[in-house]
Amino acid sequence: MSLKRPAKDQPESFEFNSSSLEAANKIISKYPKGKQQSAVMALLYIAQKQNDNWIPLVAMKYIAKLLDMPYIKVYEVATFYSMFNLSPVGKYFIQVCTTTPCMIRGAGKLVEACKEKISENESELLPDKNCSWMEVECLGACVTAPMMQINDDYYEDLDKEKTLEILDKILKDEIPKPGSYRGRINNEPENGRKTLMELKNA
Amino acid sequence: MLKDQDRIFQNLYNDLGSDLTSAQKRGDWVNTKEITEKGRDWIINEMKDSQLRGRGGAGFPTGLKWSFAPKEVGSRPHYLVINGDESEPGTCKDRDILRFEPHKLIEGCLIASYAIQAHVCYIYIRGEYFVDGQKLQAAIDEAYEKKLIGKNAAGTGWDLDIYIHYGAGAYICGEETALLESIEGNKGQPRLKPPFPALIGLYGCPTIINNVETIAVVPTILRRGGKWFASLGREKNTGTKIFCISGNVNNPCNVEEEMNIPLKELIEVHAGGVIGGWDNLQAVIPGGSSMPLIPKEKCETLTMDFDSLVAEKSGLGTAGVVVINKDQDIIKCMARIARFYKHESCGQCTPCREGSGWMWRMLERMAKGEASKDEIEMLGDVTKQIEGHTICAFGEGSSWPVQGLLRHFKDEIKKRNNFDPIVKETQNIPYLVDQHLLDKNA
Repeated sequence: MSLKRPAKDQPESFEFNSSSLEAANKIISKYPKGKQQSAVMALLYIAQKQNDNWIPLVAMKYIAKLLDMPYIKVYEVATFYSMFNLSPVGKYFIQVCTTTPCMIRGAGKLVEACKEKISENESELLPDKNCSWMEVECLGACVTAPMMQINDDYYEDLDKEKTLEILDKILKDEIPKPGSYRGRINNEPENGRKTLMELKNA
Repeated sequence: MLKDQDRIFQNLYNDLGSDLTSAQKRGDWVNTKEITEKGRDWIINEMKDSQLRGRGGAGFPTGLKWSFAPKEVGSRPHYLVINGDESEPGTCKDRDILRFEPHKLIEGCLIASYAIQAHVCYIYIRGEYFVDGQKLQAAIDEAYEKKLIGKNAAGTGWDLDIYIHYGAGAYICGEETALLESIEGNKGQPRLKPPFPALIGLYGCPTIINNVETIAVVPTILRRGGKWFASLGREKNTGTKIFCISGNVNNPCNVEEEMNIPLKELIEVHAGGVIGGWDNLQAVIPGGSSMPLIPKEKCETLTMDFDSLVAEKSGLGTAGVVVINKDQDIIKCMARIARFYKHESCGQCTPCREGSGWMWRMLERMAKGEASKDEIEMLGDVTKQIEGHTICAFGEGSSWPVQGLLRHFKDEIKKRNNFDPIVKETQNIPYLVDQHLLDKNA
């Protein structure tokens, strides 16, 4: 089990802004009447998006009230799932996959690059709060390993050099192009594809 | 090799575009109405004839699963839930279906919902696939617009709503009952079975849960007939399957192939061979990280289907083939997998919560050569204590890869960890002797 602790510095109050509230109501309507608790994960995502990519405790209390459920149940959910950040992360939040399929393709080099460019320690914010990185478990892009995720986007088929380039761009506040960095746009074999040939040449 | 026209996922590599018009050109949504008009029994029988087994890992016959749904809708509505929480290391097939073949999935949802009499379908996608989920959402919106789903979906007279529910980075939510807990807004901790979800599932209502790939192949099977699907592969292991070949191969890729394809063909033909040549192969994990690895000698003749892999004390799982060559430290690779399981254990059952961390710490020390030779037996013991003593199959999933390592690479571990424990049995000081050593001699 992973251990997650809420941040020490917590804001005093939290409320959804109008666009968040609209999105929240839309999501609640997806679930049967009386089962609005199902929306808790989606609402935590909305709160996280609104609050610079992390969820303060007051937001959990707010969501609990909104969904008419005990605060502790929201807290349980927020601490259980690894994608909810309970303390501040960078504006560019970099997650490097280091599980075995990525590891044997050289994910260690990506971690090295992050250590060189961003910070020696995981989950440590740069002074300008622009960037932080952490190691995560399998992100489900094993065929294009090694890879990393920056906010919502996948950056695949990397090596140390390309990672350094991407990180350089990010530190300059530019968003690099997501996808494969060896030129393929999907999971086809790189050279010498043997299947669906007619479609390829069509 | 499978003929191209027999491949179900024609757009696996996105040569043709994933939008509705292109999908219709490939034959999706063509005669959905005629299929449903043949009736529920025909659909379920055809699925049984096709012998399709669930593509999510356990390989349960799909037609049989559907037949468990109550025949009449009682006071509780029925639900269809699609499991797209693809988190098994080595597997990335569902992502390509979500991105490139969303309409196969949506049409499959309609047919499956009709067969099990569900009006609501939830598609559970792992949170990391947010971008791919948005693509699916766009396809769903498109389908709503063209009245393919919603009220009187595709003219079938059946009402169906499809909603996406995003996960948030928990591997365990791929377990069907944990997934239901997650949709209900709880921690993803698996439920005891029975009762099975087919009778008491989401919100206590009858629920059928299928993998993305399973549902996405349904429309093609019904169009071309269960007999056609059953003619591919071999008895009880029929049809085609998307294999994900990753690790130390020259061209890692996803490829749709016939079941029962030789592993060597998969690696040599489709993935461009092992890095450093076939002789440089050390071991292969055949079905995602929770399946025991298979050493090189057996890879020569191994065929990839559910039953032939079970015969090798492994399993097809999700068909995520991870190739490990001799440049890698096999103990370290398995220690990393053990760390994955330690991280992902939901913490509900003690053997798994404590045991997964125990296995990880022991393997880390074994990789460094810091373990004593008795600990090798002890590690095997720990895996046996976890296996079968947990609510869900996570216990097996975390202990099988370690058992596989012990089965095939024991000599390697012994070579590296060869020293005696400090307290020797011969000294006969009972209170100083490790209890597990005493038990062994008793």
